[in-house]
Amino acid sequence: MLEKLQYYFEFPIVRYALIVGLLVSLCSSLLGVTLVLKRFSFIGDGLSHVAFGAMAVATVTGITRQMLIILPITVISAVLILRTGRNTKIRGDASTAMISVGALAIGYMLINMFSKSANVAGDVCSTLFGSTSILSLQKKEVILCIVLSMIVLCIFVLFYNKIFAVTFDENFSKATGINADIYNLIIAVITAIIIVLAMSLVGSLLISALIIFPSITAMRIFRSFKSVIICSAITAVFCAGTGFLISLLCGTPVGATIVTVNIFVFFVFCIISGFSGTKK
Amino acid sequence: MKKRIICKNASLGYEDGIVTENLDFTVNSGDYLCILGENGSGKSTLIKALLGLKSAVSGEIIWEGLSARDIGYLPQQTPVQRDFPASVREIVLSGCLAKCGFRPFYNKTEKKLAEDNMKKLHIDHLADHCYRELSGGQQQRVLLARALCATSEMLLLDEPVTALDPKAQADLYALIHDLNRSGITIIMVSHDISSALKYATHILHIAKKQLFFGTVNDYINSKSGIDFIETEGQ
Repeated sequence: MLEKLQYYFEFPIVRYALIVGLLVSLCSSLLGVTLVLKRFSFIGDGLSHVAFGAMAVATVTGITRQMLIILPITVISAVLILRTGRNTKIRGDASTAMISVGALAIGYMLINMFSKSANVAGDVCSTLFGSTSILSLQKKEVILCIVLSMIVLCIFVLFYNKIFAVTFDENFSKATGINADIYNLIIAVITAIIIVLAMSLVGSLLISALIIFPSITAMRIFRSFKSVIICSAITAVFCAGTGFLISLLCGTPVGATIVTVNIFVFFVFCIISGFSGTKK
Repeated sequence: MKKRIICKNASLGYEDGIVTENLDFTVNSGDYLCILGENGSGKSTLIKALLGLKSAVSGEIIWEGLSARDIGYLPQQTPVQRDFPASVREIVLSGCLAKCGFRPFYNKTEKKLAEDNMKKLHIDHLADHCYRELSGGQQQRVLLARALCATSEMLLLDEPVTALDPKAQADLYALIHDLNRSGITIIMVSHDISSALKYATHILHIAKKQLFFGTVNDYINSKSGIDFIETEGQ
């Protein structure tokens, strides 16, 4: 088994994929805690569909550097979704659902109508579930991914206390003179960046899992914000690493395997918290 | 310079209508003002306006010698907070955030301030406990300690005793009274008229418009005061 792994890791493509996988999982788990607590879990889902639509547009127009289109469109949508969340005419959840399903439908239609590839269904499937695309990463993309992840990590560490305050009690923060809107905007923008990064890993349908599962898992057991964040990060990295190795050995799709490991760990934590809960 | 909030003939509301109007009052440094009124009389809107989260539709609200940094706020609990994984220390410390400015982390003075305020409110033994596992009265103390970290000038309390048992209510009132005697201006929205009459120095009674503003003694003898005290079954 070890020999088989060793053999695989001689390919740079496999190493790239592991690095990207770990970094993306780490970033999304950190942000996930905030999004889940702010009741914004659905935003991850909505944005990932927008990213899919943007990817379809990029594919159809035949632009080689697809990131240049996908990233700005997703960031702008993130800002718009947060804005409409406060608009009373269309309820926040409804408008997010509209944007997300709309982008999904239009994206699929565009690919179907204009794609020059022979295997349209295969293309769509790999974008939605990320089955193969992570093993086709270029060196440039890996570097871009590392840089963006580092930026996200730095922002998160530097604004950690502010993110906590805005997540726990936005009104109090505003009342005491903190510009909560700016921090909400920062959260939205880095969410968008992470989602675009994660698309190549697990595909756009499973991104929410990377964001939601580690933080919910951590919240089963830990009771302070800091410990939840740390546990969520460790869980995410562990699940991504394990899932990746399993998928190499068993030939299962990378994204789906990582998410499955996440689900498994979640249930393990549920059981543990159940036992410790009865002690009280 | 004298620190105070002046409300000049202000009307408050949303796009689709005025919630409350003709508000005309002054809160001076050291006052204990209780804002009374039925549900839907515009109390929460008034609090938002006093905090500067909402501007007046007409008239004006002036802060003299005060800035947002001088105001502490004890909001009503939101559903988000009820199952929020955070330790008491983390929450109290977050009250110091406005003092940080662009600095990303808390310094020693701020950490000391948080510890001191936890001692002051007798929750220092709970510092590492999880917020959502505390009793209602303890949770209010935590939020009060956080508000004290933000200010030593003025506290705005939005129905702080709602959902507390009578003992915890009495404790919290005593605590707020102590804070007021130590020089902190208190503005409190309340349903509870007997405690308002017992502790407050001034009363503002609103119901779509201002019914009364003045000292407690004047309120007891005023028409709206007598009516309200009777209907509340005193």
